[in-house]
Amino acid sequence: MIMRFIYQLGSPPYFYALSGRLLPWLSGICLILFATGLYGGLVLAPADYQQGDSFRIIYIHVPAAWMSMFVYMVMAFSGAMALIWRIKIAEIILINSAHIGAVFTFLALVTGSIWGKPMWGTWWVWDARLTSELLLLFLYLGVLALYSAIDDKRKAARAVAILALVGVVNIPIIHYSVEWWSTLHQGPTITKFDKPSIDTRMLIPLLLMAVAHKFLYAIVVLLRARNDLLWRERRSQWVATLFKDGS
Amino acid sequence: MGSFNEFIHMGGYASYVWSSYGIVLLAFGLSIILPLREKRQLEKRIRRIIQNEQSSSSE
Amino acid sequence: MLQAFFIILQRDLILAIRHRAELMNPVLFFVLVVVLFPLGIGAEATILERIAPAIIWIAALLSALLSLDRIFRTDMEDGSLEQMLISAQPMSLLILAKIIAHWLITGLPVVIVGPLLALFLGLSIEGIETLFITLLLGTPILSAIGSVGVALTVGLRRGGVILSLLVLPLYVPVLIFASQAVDAAASGFPPVAAIAMLSALLLLSLSLTPWAASAALKMSVS
Repeated sequence: MIMRFIYQLGSPPYFYALSGRLLPWLSGICLILFATGLYGGLVLAPADYQQGDSFRIIYIHVPAAWMSMFVYMVMAFSGAMALIWRIKIAEIILINSAHIGAVFTFLALVTGSIWGKPMWGTWWVWDARLTSELLLLFLYLGVLALYSAIDDKRKAARAVAILALVGVVNIPIIHYSVEWWSTLHQGPTITKFDKPSIDTRMLIPLLLMAVAHKFLYAIVVLLRARNDLLWRERRSQWVATLFKDGS
Repeated sequence: MGSFNEFIHMGGYASYVWSSYGIVLLAFGLSIILPLREKRQLEKRIRRIIQNEQSSSSE
Repeated sequence: MLQAFFIILQRDLILAIRHRAELMNPVLFFVLVVVLFPLGIGAEATILERIAPAIIWIAALLSALLSLDRIFRTDMEDGSLEQMLISAQPMSLLILAKIIAHWLITGLPVVIVGPLLALFLGLSIEGIETLFITLLLGTPILSAIGSVGVALTVGLRRGGVILSLLVLPLYVPVLIFASQAVDAAASGFPPVAAIAMLSALLLLSLSLTPWAASAALKMSVS
């Protein structure tokens, strides 16, 4: 049953039709989540007793940082599917995740550094979290560079799938080594989350924003994947009939 | 009105908070708009390809 | 099977010795980079001693990066890579042989010269001992991880820049553990933990990267 669904999903026309039907729903839910999350985070949540209102950057910084890891996991997973079962859709999901994943990583870095300015007094400290995020950004850029350098896009997708799998094995190692390095050099750093518990009025908007980011990711990937699919299959029958009916 | 000003002021952290939210908004907006624009161009190109094929096959 | 492994190893070594001038390039580059640091920073002994592990290790990373290309490039050009891929031998084993050959040609000289240069930078004897061990354990990891990067980029015209973008982030753990170990030893602490981590990384990379590289080569050559 599940295998049949995956098999169906792997067929480009089915994926194109299904994603077209899903997109309006996803966009609606995403907008509602962002609206409630932002209202809760920027208006309802009380100011932090130590950081004042600057803590409100958390609602975009932390979800972006979570997403940067999540997207890489998705890429590795679809990379494995693409290599093992040769599913075309998995390739397309993999490569179209890389851009938005890099965007999330970049945003996590930029907002983290803007948040760091009032908290630490400088734009950048070499703390473990920011440093591993920076290395993750390089991993994303490597994926993008490799994909654009190989002209044959099916080959490029396989290369990127291998790279994503190599990267996912390395991420824990890199993360652990950076953590180890920063504890040696700085002593105990003051983390942003040193409080034992976080007020529920602060926590609920954070969770809402995290889910909203997941929806945004899904929307962007589907938009890009549909374009990619359309162009790759431009000579196929289903695209031809699609355009005959449409226009 | 006073509470709105307070909201904008963000307890003195306005420049930090709003600049980071602005950057995020810009990035997310571009991530959505660029694929949509690309789609419109793709549709035009594919339509042209299909028309060319039809006209060449009818000849 | 093992025979094929040794044949590849022997062949790569013979080929390298035939091109003796090229053989010296990575080590020469390594020495040059290390020499540049005192010139840039100033000959203040305390600073140099403090950053000597980092200098040596970063120079080792760069010289490994510079020489990575030769693991597969010449074989790709003369077609012997294709022969290996269609042969009955397991490709990952042949790649392991090529990794080891690459390390013997480019890594081993760095392992020997590195501690010597550290002496000029004023590193203590304890530090130099540990530096030698970390170089011995760490430079094969560089060849192993590098083989995957080269396998992915070998078919490309401008693969060099991309190769460094792919490989350098993956080198970070080696750099961290190795230079931390030397740092610890130089300031009188036992560097056991970092060296254990390096050994684990070495085993992990030698056992996993040949698979990834062989998958990548099949993609590149096809």
